[in-house]
Amino acid sequence: MDLDPEGLFRDDSDEDDDNVQEREANKDMVVYLVDASPKMFTPATTTKADEKEETHFHTIVNCITQALKTQIIGRSYDEVAICFFNTKEKKNLQDLAGVYVYNVTEREPLDRPDARLIKEFSCIEDSFMSNIGSRYGITSGSRENTLYNALWIAQALLRKGSVKTVSKRIVIFTNEDDPFGGLTGAVKTDMIRTTIQRARDAQDLGLSIELLPLSSPDEEFNMSLFYADLIGLEGDEIVEYLPSSGEKLEDMINQLKKRMMKKRKVKTLAFAITNDVCIEVNTYALIRPTTPGSITWLDSISNLPLKAERSFICNDTGALLQDPQKRFQLYNDKIVKFSVRELSDMKRVSSHHLRLLGFKPLDCLKDYHNLRPSTFTYPSDEVKIFGSTRVFVALHSSMLRLRRFALAFYGNPTRPQLVALVAQEEVTSAGGQIEPPGMHMIFLPYSDDVRYPEEVHLTSDDAPHATDEQIKKASNLLRRIDLKNFSVCQFANPALQRHYGILEVLALGGDEMPDVKDETLPDEEGMARPGVVKAIEELKASVYGENYDQEEAEAAAAKAGASKKRKAVTDAAAQKSAGYDWAELADTGKLKDMTVVELKSYLTAHDLPVSGKKEALINRILTHLGK
Amino acid sequence: MARNKEALVLLLDVGPSMHGVLQEVENICSTLVHKKLVYNRSDEIGVVLFGTKETCNELAKELGGYKHVVVAHDIKVVDEETTHALQNLPRGTSPGDFMDAIVVGLDMLIRKFGNMKRKQRMCLITDAQHPLRDPPQGTKKDQVDTIADQMKRHEIKMDCIVFRESGVRHNAVMDENDQLLYHFRERSVAKVVQVDSPTSLLGALRTRNVLPVTVFRGDMEVNSNFRIKVWVYKKTSEEKFPTLKKYSDKAPASDKFASHEVKVDYEYKSVLEPDTVVPPDQRIKGYLYGPQVVPISSAEWEAVKFKPEKGVKLLGFTDRSSIFRHYFMKDVFSFVPEPGNTKAAVAVSALARALSEMNKVAILRCVWRQGQGNVALGVLTPNISSVKNVPDSFYFNILPFAEDIREFQFRSFSSLPSSSQPTEEQQEAADNLVRMLDLAPPGREEILKPDFTPNPMLERFYRFLDLKSKQPDANVPPLDKCLKKITEPDPDVIDYQAPLIKTLGNAFELKENPKKKKARTQDRLTYTGADDQAKLLEEPSAKKVGVLEVIYPPKERVGEIGNRNPVQDFEAMLAQRSSSTWVHKAIEEMQKYITALIQDSRDGDNHQKALECLVALRKACIIEQEPKEYNEFLSKLYQKFRTAEDAKFFQLLSSKNASLISKEEAPDSNVPEEMARNFYLKSEPSSQ
Repeated sequence: MDLDPEGLFRDDSDEDDDNVQEREANKDMVVYLVDASPKMFTPATTTKADEKEETHFHTIVNCITQALKTQIIGRSYDEVAICFFNTKEKKNLQDLAGVYVYNVTEREPLDRPDARLIKEFSCIEDSFMSNIGSRYGITSGSRENTLYNALWIAQALLRKGSVKTVSKRIVIFTNEDDPFGGLTGAVKTDMIRTTIQRARDAQDLGLSIELLPLSSPDEEFNMSLFYADLIGLEGDEIVEYLPSSGEKLEDMINQLKKRMMKKRKVKTLAFAITNDVCIEVNTYALIRPTTPGSITWLDSISNLPLKAERSFICNDTGALLQDPQKRFQLYNDKIVKFSVRELSDMKRVSSHHLRLLGFKPLDCLKDYHNLRPSTFTYPSDEVKIFGSTRVFVALHSSMLRLRRFALAFYGNPTRPQLVALVAQEEVTSAGGQIEPPGMHMIFLPYSDDVRYPEEVHLTSDDAPHATDEQIKKASNLLRRIDLKNFSVCQFANPALQRHYGILEVLALGGDEMPDVKDETLPDEEGMARPGVVKAIEELKASVYGENYDQEEAEAAAAKAGASKKRKAVTDAAAQKSAGYDWAELADTGKLKDMTVVELKSYLTAHDLPVSGKKEALINRILTHLGK
Repeated sequence: MARNKEALVLLLDVGPSMHGVLQEVENICSTLVHKKLVYNRSDEIGVVLFGTKETCNELAKELGGYKHVVVAHDIKVVDEETTHALQNLPRGTSPGDFMDAIVVGLDMLIRKFGNMKRKQRMCLITDAQHPLRDPPQGTKKDQVDTIADQMKRHEIKMDCIVFRESGVRHNAVMDENDQLLYHFRERSVAKVVQVDSPTSLLGALRTRNVLPVTVFRGDMEVNSNFRIKVWVYKKTSEEKFPTLKKYSDKAPASDKFASHEVKVDYEYKSVLEPDTVVPPDQRIKGYLYGPQVVPISSAEWEAVKFKPEKGVKLLGFTDRSSIFRHYFMKDVFSFVPEPGNTKAAVAVSALARALSEMNKVAILRCVWRQGQGNVALGVLTPNISSVKNVPDSFYFNILPFAEDIREFQFRSFSSLPSSSQPTEEQQEAADNLVRMLDLAPPGREEILKPDFTPNPMLERFYRFLDLKSKQPDANVPPLDKCLKKITEPDPDVIDYQAPLIKTLGNAFELKENPKKKKARTQDRLTYTGADDQAKLLEEPSAKKVGVLEVIYPPKERVGEIGNRNPVQDFEAMLAQRSSSTWVHKAIEEMQKYITALIQDSRDGDNHQKALECLVALRKACIIEQEPKEYNEFLSKLYQKFRTAEDAKFFQLLSSKNASLISKEEAPDSNVPEEMARNFYLKSEPSSQ
């Protein structure tokens, strides 16, 4: 039974500081504006004969579905709306032409994603043409400006919530770099002007507008034609907005995926390099274990949520208490009391920031110097100090070149800790950035956190070590079973997938349980390749000797002997236990007069656990007797 | 728990060469006792000191010899007395002989427990610098063998901590002693660690004993045909801050057996009828899926949830470079070959060494227990043993799943505007800093190695706990100077590298955002509230054990007041102030100089100069809030010279208004203004 569903009563030192911070930071509200003009439905890739034709529209639907799925697992309190523009049909509160706000039943247009939305949206392509339809929105002769309408509607959707606590974004997906290209003259300049004005107004209200441009290999998306002005980019910032190239569809999906998630910083920290030089860095939680969401208790009859009420009761008198402010620790059989304030003062061993202590070569950071997921740091020039980036970049490149990491003290109030700051070089591929540049903060253990299990079972003789021949055989095996292009994030968590798979089915009222593939199982086929099998056999013969299997079988047989012995014990116990009339003993309450050995004979005879105190044994016997 | 009850004998070297770190030895042993008083109330501790002036042990009485070994505390269940025995350790006078101490400790354990089954341990802290006395027969090594045999027979283990400050030159005696200690290790009865700074000494002893428990015992499957028997333990595990209980003051004071505990009760109430409590069997778990709550009963959930088979399976091998270090997710596991299984040890060794040679790692999928609801995917890295009797093993780190990674894009540094790129000069300053602020200098132990760094917060907690048990209204103690070296850069290094740091400061110009001028850099680095006192109590650096000074010889400091520009020299000294002691030093020097000036004065020729100096000193004492220093000095000076011809000097002083510092000028002064004004007046008649 989960007594503490909201984790209210956890000791504050257990609290994952990052998560709490992050949740409080802000909610994200996003409107996806998807261009649905016919151009989006033309094949995007230069298709080979055997490949299915992929359109940009398809890519986007895929990406958004993926994003929604991730979101419902990790950040389900974020809100989302999906709008198409350049559509035949219109559906929006303002009744503007060419814009279709997509939604499902029982859901506000801008709301948290739910199972139905994901399910129906993922197969929208089948019915898109018949229900919503596609057409060029801005054409000569037409007075409509669908892009303007779309921005207007998005802005209206994002009206709820304060910009102070909520980050509001509009994300435009399009492959048309010159939406007003079909127009000429005054109409064109006028439309461009009003559209850009619309965007400026939205930005002034605190909405950010992002563009995810798509381009085909033969036709590069040109930001400077129109969109640079729309989202307000200048000079070298445009380079940052390199459009997703369509050369490899997977790369494009990867790039889009990365950009769709809002970057959330955990904290801004001061990083004191010396007494005089103090810079600012933002920290980000790039890697955190995703766990199944929390549990709420429901009334099993009405399925309505229950309210948990906590009360404090004095153990000695049974009196009801207000939330007690004093804590105590038993020390030398004495009660030592602390006030909450004293405890927090005590935990504060330094200021709440990063303090550089020095540098060490990278090989001083051992594989076992780890306790928690790392935190990423990136310089910030925004809040209090200007010029931080410069110092950070200089240190970063020195550390990379000299192959050193920085040792710093992080005075986090719940757990002040030594951290290693490891400089990470930017890694990019065709699919965009793989590893961002910055420093990873690795939380180091203290001496009391490190254990030495390898030294627990020491023999006075030398421990056996492998010979060169055996190592050679092992190396051979390593070469055989080589995971090429292994990437850390290629496996989905099977437990989580199954969890949410089941919930999705149940949420939609289905009863067919999902079949989730466990990607973490070894590749049986690959392991069965003759080369691999041979390498394994050779290593095995080399380290275990030729007759290992036979020896093992003999050992197993000897064990069977042991189990025979165990059977004998059980039999003896059964015999002994048969000497008593247990039911009567139980009824007359005489069980407590028996010895533990006698009680255990009953338990052994009935194959029950024999652990625990006498009272527990008696209870177990009573339960077994059905009393 | 009785089976985990431990008897421990501390063997502490208090000989002259250890005096510098006896405070740390006291601290670490006290922490050990404090933790036992919280977690292992029935453990027993004995304390043996060696290198003492006196001799007091059973063996000396019975057999003679075993000189300078004192049994300070018999093996007894831990209590307050144990902590007393460890406070104010005597400063011994003779060089310590650790072998004698080991024999005495061993003898105590054997006398007390004989063949009783119990965990027994000795812990030796020494610098092992001095020659040992020759054994009555055989060599010293034979003696070690005999002792080791005894220890093995009684299953006694030993931890040896050898403390030598870096820079202590190794000599033949130390080498011989080290050899002997390592021989204990080879005989598998002891563990030896070498530390070279007081801070690491604090982290060298495991202050809390945790019984190692396996996470998994079974096969590591390469394929269905080739399995290696392994035991999996935790390699790192965070020692948490103890969970304190809530205190209830409701029990009457007369109730001696009151637990004062608070029970927390949860009641679940329906939203519709807030007054009725819903009993447990009417509740059902609801799982969140977006905004929806999906109700599922536990039984149903059990039937459909993910249930992997127990086992550890190999997925394959890959290059080490494809696994970034920052992907390690949790605390670390250790895979050791099944104890006593030679074949398993060889198999692990072969794989580990191959991985290490080829710079590769293995990827494993682990399900530790049957019925565990998830799988762990991780990376296995080799841990090649450097000691002969320790088998090779692996470390295992959990890697993230796809869902655990958030891919954010960050601007690449090369595309940053030039205003954010460092100039060549700045880059050089940074390079120098990274190179020179070296915590792993060649030829000595790594500084602040995690394995030897104590947790400052916990150290402080246990000290506070002990203090509070005696004085319930005690304040939080400040962080001790050795622990401070963990949270702040070592002042010795900073002093030594001052020019370098200054260059860095000059090279980069940091501007504070004018719009948000909330806190200044310096302010944000200082403590708030209760910790202010900690800052004031900063240790005088003169006493600081200069671990680093040995390799980084202290640089030339302006430490004297010359005859040419005494006032400037004095101000330079004040300005240098790396710590408060420098101020005192400067004031002291100045006082000496002034006294000398007046003393050597002929017909008042030095009076003008002395006056200038005194005025400078007065000013400094006001600024530095040291009015007493000045007032006392002036009174002394006056007492000394008022009758001599130098009495004129004081008239000069009074004309320059260089009287005592009054309360108005410096709040710390206890001299009222009036008294300051009348200081010379009052004395003038008597001098004439």
